[in-house]
This record gives sequence, C-alpha cells and structure tokens, in this order.
Amino acid sequence: MPALHLRRTLARLALLLPVGACADRSDTSLLGGELITLAGSTSIQPFAERWAEEYHGGRIVVQSGGSTAGIRAAHDGTADIGMSSRALHPVETAGLVQTIVARDGIAVIVHASNPVHATSLAQLRDIYSGRIRNWSQLGGRDAAIRVITREDGSGTRDAFEAFVMDAQHEIAPAALVTAYSGGLRKMVSQDPHAIGYVTFSQLTAEVHAITIDGIAPTERSIASGTYRLQRPFVFLTHGPPRGDALAFIEFVLSASGQRLARAEGLAPVTVQ
Amino acid sequence: MMAIAQARRRLSAAHLSDQVIERMLLFAALSAVGTLALITLFILREGLPVVFDRGPLEFLAGQKWAPTRGHFGLLPMIAGTAVVTIGALVIGLPLGLAGAITLAELAPPRIRQVLKPTVELLAGIPSVVYGFIGMEILVPLIRDSGALGGPGYSALAASIILGIMVLPTIIGISIDALEAVPKSYRDGSRALGATQWQTITGVVLPAARNGIVAAVILGMGRAVGETMAVIMVAGNAVQFPNSVLDPVRTLTANIALEMSYASGAHAQALFATGIVLFIVSLGLNTMAGRVRSVKRRAPRVLAPKTR
Repeated sequence: MPALHLRRTLARLALLLPVGACADRSDTSLLGGELITLAGSTSIQPFAERWAEEYHGGRIVVQSGGSTAGIRAAHDGTADIGMSSRALHPVETAGLVQTIVARDGIAVIVHASNPVHATSLAQLRDIYSGRIRNWSQLGGRDAAIRVITREDGSGTRDAFEAFVMDAQHEIAPAALVTAYSGGLRKMVSQDPHAIGYVTFSQLTAEVHAITIDGIAPTERSIASGTYRLQRPFVFLTHGPPRGDALAFIEFVLSASGQRLARAEGLAPVTVQ
Repeated sequence: MMAIAQARRRLSAAHLSDQVIERMLLFAALSAVGTLALITLFILREGLPVVFDRGPLEFLAGQKWAPTRGHFGLLPMIAGTAVVTIGALVIGLPLGLAGAITLAELAPPRIRQVLKPTVELLAGIPSVVYGFIGMEILVPLIRDSGALGGPGYSALAASIILGIMVLPTIIGISIDALEAVPKSYRDGSRALGATQWQTITGVVLPAARNGIVAAVILGMGRAVGETMAVIMVAGNAVQFPNSVLDPVRTLTANIALEMSYASGAHAQALFATGIVLFIVSLGLNTMAGRVRSVKRRAPRVLAPKTR
C-alpha cells in the first residue's frame, strides 16, 4: 500500500510539471512557431497526418506511440493533443477533455472463397474462444477454422474483445497472433480457412468482410452505430481545447475534415 | 648532442601520445562494458518489481499469458523458445557440420574460395528477409502440403528458417576448430593407413570436438535471440505445441509483439521476459566460452609425448 501511495504522489507531481512545459510552448507560438503536437494511437496517426496536410492554420507534428502514450502525453503536456483509439479507463480521464473525431469500424474478415458470409455475435464469440472449431458448423466447408488475432494490448484487439468476448469467453490461446493489421489481412487472404479482424480502413477486395447479426460493416452502419463492432478515435486535451489546438480540432470536425476521414476509410462522427 | 636531445624530445612526445591513445582505447573498451552494465541494471530495475510482486514462480511456471488481465506465465514462451531452438539445431547442425567438414577438409581450394564467402554472405542477409521468404514460400508450402498441413505458421517453419540462419555461426566456428587441428594428426592417421573419411571421423573431429560444441552453443544463442524472422513465421500463439505443425511464441517474439502498446505491469512483464532471455543467452555464451577454453588444453592431452 505505501508503494501505491508513493506512486500516486509521484503521478500528482507529474501532473504539476507540465504547467511549465505548456508555458514554454506558448512562448514559441508567440514567436510565430505555431506548432501543434499530436501524439498517441498508431491507428489514428496516418489519418491525423492527412488532416495535418490539409490544415492550413499552422504547422502540425504527428507522433505515434500508442493510445496509452497518447493519453499520457495529453496528461503531462508533452503533446497539445493526445490521440486514443480506445475508450479511456475511468482513472485515465482525470483533467482530460475528449473529442471524438471519427469512428473506426472493425471488420471480421475471411478468405474471399469462404462460403460463410454471416455469423451471429454469439457464433463469433464461440469461434474466437475455440468452441466452434470447424467451418462446417457454420454451414461452410469441412475444415478447421484458423483463428487469427492481434497481440495483447493492441487497440484493435481491445475493441474486438470489448464487444465480442466476455469474462467467460477469452480468445483461445491457440489463435495465431500478429502485430500488424496489414499482415493479418495478408494471412487471411492467403489461407482459405482463416478468420481475422482488421480496422475498416484496412478492408480490401482480397478478403471478405462477414456480417455480424445481419449487419455488414459500412460507413453508414458504423457512423449510425448499428454496426456495433467499432471504436472511437478520440482527441484528448488537457482541459478544454484552446487556441491552435481548438482551431485544428474544429477543422477536423468540419465538413471538409470529415469528408477527408471518409475518403480514408473512416466513418464520420455523425451520419450525414 | 643537438640531434640526441631532439630525438629524445621526439621520443617523449611519442610516448605521451601513446599514453593518450592508450587511455582513449581503454575508455572505449570500458564504454562497452559500461553499456552492458547499464542495460543489465535497467532491465532488472524495470522487470524485477513485477516478478517479486507476483512471485518468480508464476513467471517461470505459469502457463497462462494474458498480461492485460494480470496473467504473466512465461512457461509457454520458454517452451516455444526451446522447441524452435532444438528444431533449428536438428536442421542446422548436420548441414553446418557437413558444410564445415567440406570446406575445411575436402573441398579443393577453388571451390572453397567460392563457398566460404557465400556462407559468410548468409550471415549478412537481414533477418526480416529470411522472415519474408519464410512467410511467402515456406508457410504456404507447409500449410498446403498433404503430409504436413496445419496453419503453416508453426514451430516447424520457425525451425527451418532458424536452422538456415544459424548456419554461418556453426560453419564459421567449426571451420576454425577444424583448421586448428595440427596437420601432423592427419599425416599420422594417413600414415597408419586410414582413409580420408576415417581420418576425419576418427581423428580430426574428436580433436576439434570442443570447438564444434562451442559452435553449436553459439548457434543456439543465435537461435534463441532471433526475433523478426521468428515473429513472421511462428504464428505466435501462446500455447504448448502438440506437434511441430502448431504455432508457438518465443520469448523474443513476446517482447517484440507486445512492446508497442504495453504499459504498467504489462510493460514490466515484458522486461521480465527480457530478464529470462538475458539469463538464457548469458548462460549459453558462458558455456560456449568455457568449452572453448577447454579446447586450448585438449591438444596437449592428445599430442604425442616428446622426450
């Protein structure tokens, strides 16, 4: 317990430090630097870079490092905007303002030749927990199902687990693991008996996205929330966004910013 | 007189610059040792808290790895590393030894001139290229062949790739060991009427035994430490493989796969994985060093007594 207490004290101290850091940066922006730093989720990074390219209000620097690092960066002020591709744990939200800038669907994919095009959520859960092991149990070919998953800690896996799995059904340890979204799609595209999941923007014609409880992942079904296997892309600021950060977030939420997101395979924040 | 004084001055200046350079070299040498010490300290500092928090037994003997849910068993990964390392040796040792014997004892100089640099070139291929070739060719081959099957991403695929990757290590050090065997041994054996093959198996190989064992141990170290190529072909499932066709996860793969998003106890557990890996490679290297230093005494035992 004392250790925990110490850690909490340290965390509080860490929260105090960024005040100085923030002051430094506003100084440079007064000098005409106009630099906004974004840091966090590797899933959001490519989209943030696209937004940054189209944004003309100042120079934007995008760094990756993962959602957790993004949340931390927003907390301690090392970035103006932290990026998280997962919902925040209650303990992480303190002092942070969250702005959802887009929604990312997670598509469950199979080989293009696989006759199984639909599962229920319960079936998907049974496939990933190893209870359904053969495609014939789903009306497909008589072949073992090759389950592929992302590594523990990945935001895509987090979102998948939060929606599909539960306490009694964990992803079976026998599942193949890869750390790359593109790599996973490639594995599925090469193996007629494989099943995996990738973010909606990674979906290509090489693989087939199956419907879950009758709903296919489309931009519309993700934006409206009817396709529920999705995660928010969140921008985090320490306190309400101000100045340059606010201007950038307003651009991202504007019609042109959202159009850009859709062109890159994301679903907009709201149905248009 | 002038000339002598000048020469003396020049000498002392040379002496001084010698000393400076000596110091600089010593410092450079120590910086390597210092880096090792810092890395060791850092890994221990980051990894040990969670080990003691959970108990070393859970780490080393725990069978479940779900770090985001507080399960930190490394045993499946330790088993995975052992399986692919043994597999790599099963494939790499016969090939490597055959290659070393060919190059050191049998091949005519012209062929050796081509083969030796080729083997050394093998060591220069980046591991990601091995992994990519494995993914594109080996994995589908295993998956689609009737006799093998399974997901293709397997202990077998990793073993084959690693078996090729350890070849330069095994061949290089074995050749050194074979070439260190005095020519008089071979001459003596041939003089007794032994054939070339009998000479190799009966005299040269036993005399070079310690060096070859060291080569195998260092090859093991290479296999244990390889990361990228293994991640790409091993399938990385956290389980005890029932057959060589099942996917496995190695200790190195465990760290590399999960490091990007890990935080808190999860990150510490990955450092703990690093500690286990560190101890294993340290053990292997020490063992190889020991065996090799024994080698230096071996010829004396074997050498004919001179009076």
